[in-house]
Amino acid sequence: MTPTLILAIAGAVLIAAGVYLLLERSLMRILAGVMLAGNGVNLLFLVSAGPAGLAPIVGEPEDQIADPLPQAMVLTAIVISLATSAFLLAMSYRSFQLEGHDEVADDVEDAIVRRRAQADLSSEAYSEQVPEARPDTESGGRSDEPGTAREGRAR
Amino acid sequence: MDLANLVPVPVLLPLLAAGVTLILARHPAWQRIVSGTTLAIVAVLALILTIGADAQGPIVLWVGAWPDGLGIVLVADRLSSLMVLVSSIVTAIVVIFPSRRDIADGADGAPVSVFHPTFLVLTAGVANAFLAGDLFNMFVSFEMLLFSSYVLIMLGATKERVRAGSTYVVVSVVSSTLFLLALSIVYGATGTVSFAQLPERLAALDPDLQLLIQLLLLVVFGIKAAVFPLQAWLPDSYPTAPASVTAVFAGLLTKVGVFAIVRVQTLLFPDSPLTDLLLVVAILTMVLGILGALAQGEIKRLLSFTLVSHIGYMLMGIALGTQAGLSGAIFYIVHHILVQTTLFIVVGLIERVGGSTSLSRLGGLASIPLLAALYLLPALNLGGIPPLSGFLGKVTLFDAALETPTPLAIAAVVAGVVTSLLTLIAVIRVWQRAFWQDRGEDDERVHSLRVLPRIWVVAASALVGITVALTALAGPLTSFADRAAVDIHRGAYQQAVEEAIP
Repeated sequence: MTPTLILAIAGAVLIAAGVYLLLERSLMRILAGVMLAGNGVNLLFLVSAGPAGLAPIVGEPEDQIADPLPQAMVLTAIVISLATSAFLLAMSYRSFQLEGHDEVADDVEDAIVRRRAQADLSSEAYSEQVPEARPDTESGGRSDEPGTAREGRAR
Repeated sequence: MDLANLVPVPVLLPLLAAGVTLILARHPAWQRIVSGTTLAIVAVLALILTIGADAQGPIVLWVGAWPDGLGIVLVADRLSSLMVLVSSIVTAIVVIFPSRRDIADGADGAPVSVFHPTFLVLTAGVANAFLAGDLFNMFVSFEMLLFSSYVLIMLGATKERVRAGSTYVVVSVVSSTLFLLALSIVYGATGTVSFAQLPERLAALDPDLQLLIQLLLLVVFGIKAAVFPLQAWLPDSYPTAPASVTAVFAGLLTKVGVFAIVRVQTLLFPDSPLTDLLLVVAILTMVLGILGALAQGEIKRLLSFTLVSHIGYMLMGIALGTQAGLSGAIFYIVHHILVQTTLFIVVGLIERVGGSTSLSRLGGLASIPLLAALYLLPALNLGGIPPLSGFLGKVTLFDAALETPTPLAIAAVVAGVVTSLLTLIAVIRVWQRAFWQDRGEDDERVHSLRVLPRIWVVAASALVGITVALTALAGPLTSFADRAAVDIHRGAYQQAVEEAIP
């Protein structure tokens, strides 16, 4: 089997660029990264399919046709990455709607645990009860503390 | 009728029912009936498959009966049919839970009618992942279950859920991309992705390339299973979802990852168990996970950390690479799916009754004895108190580890014992704080089970009953797990797949 060097290099470059973008906090950049990396992997599938050949249709000489299986797999992967992109777009739009930006914030609970550790307090499970009367949410009622998310991000 | 024709039903039936529930979007009660019945039927069929696979060896179906082994193959061997059985029991009970309030999380106009269709697609994906006979089909089923899980984890799209969901989605997408990369390497190197043909062709490859493929697949499935150091996404994203969703995710999705690791380690690379590496990873997962749990002040997060930590036990059994280790891991997977789901469901009840899941705000729940019993039994089970199944599973695993007394295996046993004790501390801390501490004086609420729909209590009691019954069923289950492990080691899988080629 003789793989094409150009395809391999192009795939590698795309994946590298995708990984770089994935490390960002902004969901739109992550989306761009996912698409680049996904396309890079799809190119690598063409590499693994071996040398180019005729269209794989019944009747063509069997030793000259290209391997059809990787193409079928790439098609499936392309469909899935279309759905992924649509979902990520919707998600970043929703994030923009809610917060005015599409950056993923830090976890509030995490920030609480970390702050207690820095202040050398014992963890919340062991401390005395502090009676509070705040409206409850799924996060245990503490997601409404001002500034924790932003503070966490600044670190 | 040929038993093989039953194999695709656990995948097809939920998909069909997903369509039906979409049509019934305006009738929530009917949706619940349709999905409940469907999943119950699947559970019965899975039981038939399990018995069949136990009696006559792996049941294989070449979908479409294409000649010469073209096309997709579904395989129900002892391990996968057992997994389908347990997962369908869990999903059939959990699907009763979701209520409008739980799903919508206070968001007006939240699309609660999508819950049932999405949940059914999720179960189809999970069943397909267990039954898949090749790596690419496994990839497709992972995508199926991941996409439904994206929707479920962000139901209602409130601020907190979108934040938590973003982490989850990005991590899952990265792992899918890696999986695809691994697939292209496997296909390029061997020219096949079938589980039956791969072992032979992989063994003929250059050892370095073999190791590369093995490690790549382990990383992909390690992200799914939340194995240290790939676990950080889990405690961050699971706790914010609706209680029923978190319960199923915690019980099933990580176990799909563990199941895939079993397939990689036993089927694809039987000669390279990587015992040392995996044992170190297992020890770190157990210890670091449980230390994280001890620091939490919120029950759902605490349980998410114990979930990570207990994945380490299963990994320990797999790492040993022996029949005893594998059989222990299989038993532990079954135990852990049931117990972890039960605990999250009970926490859902606690949240409804107490109004919170934060330990500093709960208290006095012991005034409801039924709720207290529902929490305490699975909690002690998780911690490994005899004679519950958690104890039996851990003993089986330690036994298997002591059969090969290397220093690392003994270290793993020590870490396992320590983790089990620390788990007990964590869950008893919840018991003490949420159930026995005095409530603040300004809290006038009277705790009562009356705020709960009766069917929730019944379903939660059924789940707790099953986890307790596992003790009685431990004998047959252990011998079943033994037979499954023997099956895997003797290569019955490949033989059955080849014999079934139409």
